[in-house]
This record gives sequence, C-alpha cells and structure tokens, in this order.
Amino acid sequence: MKSKVYSGIDAMVADVPDGARIMFGGFGGAGFPNNLIQALVRKGVRNITAISNNCGTRDGELGLMFKHNQIRHVIASFPGPHANHFQERFAAKEVTLELVPQGILCERMRAAAAGLQGFYSPVGVGTEIAEGKEERVLGGRHCILEMPLPADYAFIKAQKADELGNLTYRLTARNFNPIMAMAADTTIAEVEEIVPAGSLDPEQVMTPAIFVHRIVQAKGIHYAG
Amino acid sequence: MADKPRLTREQIAARAALELPDGAYVNLGWGIPNLIADYLPKGVTVYFHSENGILGMGPRARPGEEDYDLVDAMKVPVTLIRGASIFHQADAHLMTRGGHLDVAVLGGFQVSAKGDLANWRIPGTKGPGGIGGAMDIAAGAKELIVCMEHVTKDGTPKIVEQCTYPLTGLACVDTIVTDLAVIDVTPDGLSLREAAPGWSAQEVRKLTGAPLLARGQVPEIRFA
Repeated sequence: MKSKVYSGIDAMVADVPDGARIMFGGFGGAGFPNNLIQALVRKGVRNITAISNNCGTRDGELGLMFKHNQIRHVIASFPGPHANHFQERFAAKEVTLELVPQGILCERMRAAAAGLQGFYSPVGVGTEIAEGKEERVLGGRHCILEMPLPADYAFIKAQKADELGNLTYRLTARNFNPIMAMAADTTIAEVEEIVPAGSLDPEQVMTPAIFVHRIVQAKGIHYAG
Repeated sequence: MADKPRLTREQIAARAALELPDGAYVNLGWGIPNLIADYLPKGVTVYFHSENGILGMGPRARPGEEDYDLVDAMKVPVTLIRGASIFHQADAHLMTRGGHLDVAVLGGFQVSAKGDLANWRIPGTKGPGGIGGAMDIAAGAKELIVCMEHVTKDGTPKIVEQCTYPLTGLACVDTIVTDLAVIDVTPDGLSLREAAPGWSAQEVRKLTGAPLLARGQVPEIRFA
C-alpha cells in the first residue's frame, strides 16, 4: 500500500496545476495550513480558485498568495480587515469574489462531501446573496436553493495524524478543517505530529482516514495580527 | 437636545446584558455586543457561543497566557469555562441557524420598522464588505437583539422605515438597544420600552426614522 506520509512539504503540492480549485482551512489565525500555502507560493501556481473563510492577514495566510497574484477567484464569507493584498487585487479587478454566509459556506461543502445536489436555506433571503437563486416557500418559510461546493484539493492543518491519515485537531484550530477534508477530491494535511497506526483512540478521531490522502509533519506557523 | 447625555457603549452593553436569561446560550457579535460579557448581573450564568466552535467561552486570556489555537471570532485569545465544548464551524453554525441559541446580540448599521437588519456593508465604503456569520445568526436565533448608536456620527437615524444599506436578514430583529432607548419590534410596529435618563419619548422620536409607539409614561432605561 502506498504510504500517505510525505517527507517534504514541496512534494505535497507538486501536482497542483494552475487553475486548481483549493479549499484552505483556518479561522482567526488558528488552523491555517501555512506551510502548505508557502509551498504553493514557491511552486508559483496561478489562476487558483480559493475557498476559505477569509483572504489572509497582511503577508500571512492567503495574503501571501494574493501578494503574488496567484488567486483569480475567491469564495469566502469575510475577506477581513487585514487582507490588504486581497483588497488591492480586488480593487484592481484582478480577483473576483463570491461572498457566502459562513454557515452556508460550511453546508455547501458538506453537501458536496455528502453526495447531495443542493439544499434550501432561509439564510440571506431578501439580501444580495439571494440574487439569481431559485426561491421557494417550504414549511411556511422563504428559502433559496444553495448548491454544493466541491474542490480539487483541501489544504488543511491538524494537530496529530496517524500513519493511515486519521486526524485530531487542537481547540479552535479545528474550525473549517474537518469539513473541507471531506469535501475535496484530494485532501492534503500538515500536522504537528505523526504517530503510528493504532496509537490514536478510535473514539477520539475527528477526521477518519478515508478523507485524507497526504500527510506531512510540519511545525505550525502562526502570524501575528 | 444634542448636548444631552446619551448612554456610553459600555452602558448600552450593560443594559443589553439584562436581556439575557439565566442559563441561556448566547452569541455576541462584533462591536458593542462584544462588551456585554463584562456586564452580566451577579448570579446570572450565560454560556457564550463562538462561531468558530466554542460553547462555554470564558474571558479573554491574560497577558502571557494566550493560546493562539483558542481564539474568539475576533481572533482574540480567550479562555474556556468549566464544562465548555469544542466543535467544528459547521456545527457552530448549525447552532446559530437551527434555532438552538437562545439569544444572539449583533451590531447594526440600520434596523427597519419591520425588524429588517443591515449590518455588513455601508455603501460607498471601500472594499466588498464581509458577511461572516451574521446572516446565519439573523436567520436562526430564537431572539435577536441589536446594539447600536441611535443615530450615525452625522446625526442620521439608524432606525428607519426601510433599510437602504445591504440587508443581513428580513424581519429578524426582536429588540434594539441604543444609546437613547430600548425598543421592541412588535407586529404593530416599533414600541418604545425605555428611554435614556432625561430623554422624553418625543425627543427620542425626533431621532428615529420610523414611527415609535409609546404607551403612557415611558420609563427610564434601567441598569439593574
């Protein structure tokens, strides 16, 4: 059986083509796959569609990829006040944005993961995000049709992996990571520690190995601000 | 009238804190709502929810004790109370959207006579704005309180007949707490429950962009 454990960060992203659709975990400075993002910057991929809650913080997180103009389209709930590189690219029309309510971002990814072809939601009815979406009344409530959100890759950060790819997360560094892990064709995880198979308590596994395709050990990077 | 004292942001937070029932699960949004945790009345226990996956969020971490894997929705390192739980973002918003939270308190740019809320982008400002979790919360909280100043910096009412800013949700607000008043959104329209000390119902009305019902003498805003 081919091992999922990689020894180098750059090998993890070697096959990521230009134009790929990539999910990036992380929220509030916690749980960002920053080593993998830096590897994508070194590789120099272009025209990426990024799916992430926000658009980075100055030169950190996805900010680095916006700085190098690698992202063409972004699907996010909250670009963020410190996403200066995104804001500049957006103002220059070098990047397009789809704003999605945060919980709906999660559920659209879960729909993709779960083999569901969409769902009706009351979130955002009567607002800008309902524009162009099918609307109907269900159970007496106005709802809009939301479509699944799949991706080619999910780039995630976890605390521990076993050699098979079972994952655990630490505190609020969990955030979007387990959801994205399930929703992409190929899930790539950087983790603080890799342990032998059998050493994680099966009841404590947060992302089962079936969703994880590549793992690499890397000390997490936290950007201030 | 402009010179009369109004509630400070802290006083707005302190008044809104009185709306939280003992034992409630509560989400606090950015801005004034974020101050509410400091003003809970003695003997009241509230379980704070954070959209990044916390129930039982405690105070901010003390300097030197920050753990950057444990942050609130504003990226601030926080603590956990005893009996807290951690979960992923989808479950966090399942709680907001699915009607599991007892109360949510959000900031606002505009609230309409029908309780429509606008709180994520001001037209004419730079950039695309950001929705975050506000639309999920507005759609699903059992009770939604909005804390904001009664008028903008240039004196324009923020309580309006119809919102002109991009909407967050329709008919979602139950109560508005401002630096001048506590107002309930009722099927009959906006109803003035309390007014700031020294302010008459008529004076509050003049700074409100939608009709404001008041029955008899309107009591002063209470802080206990």
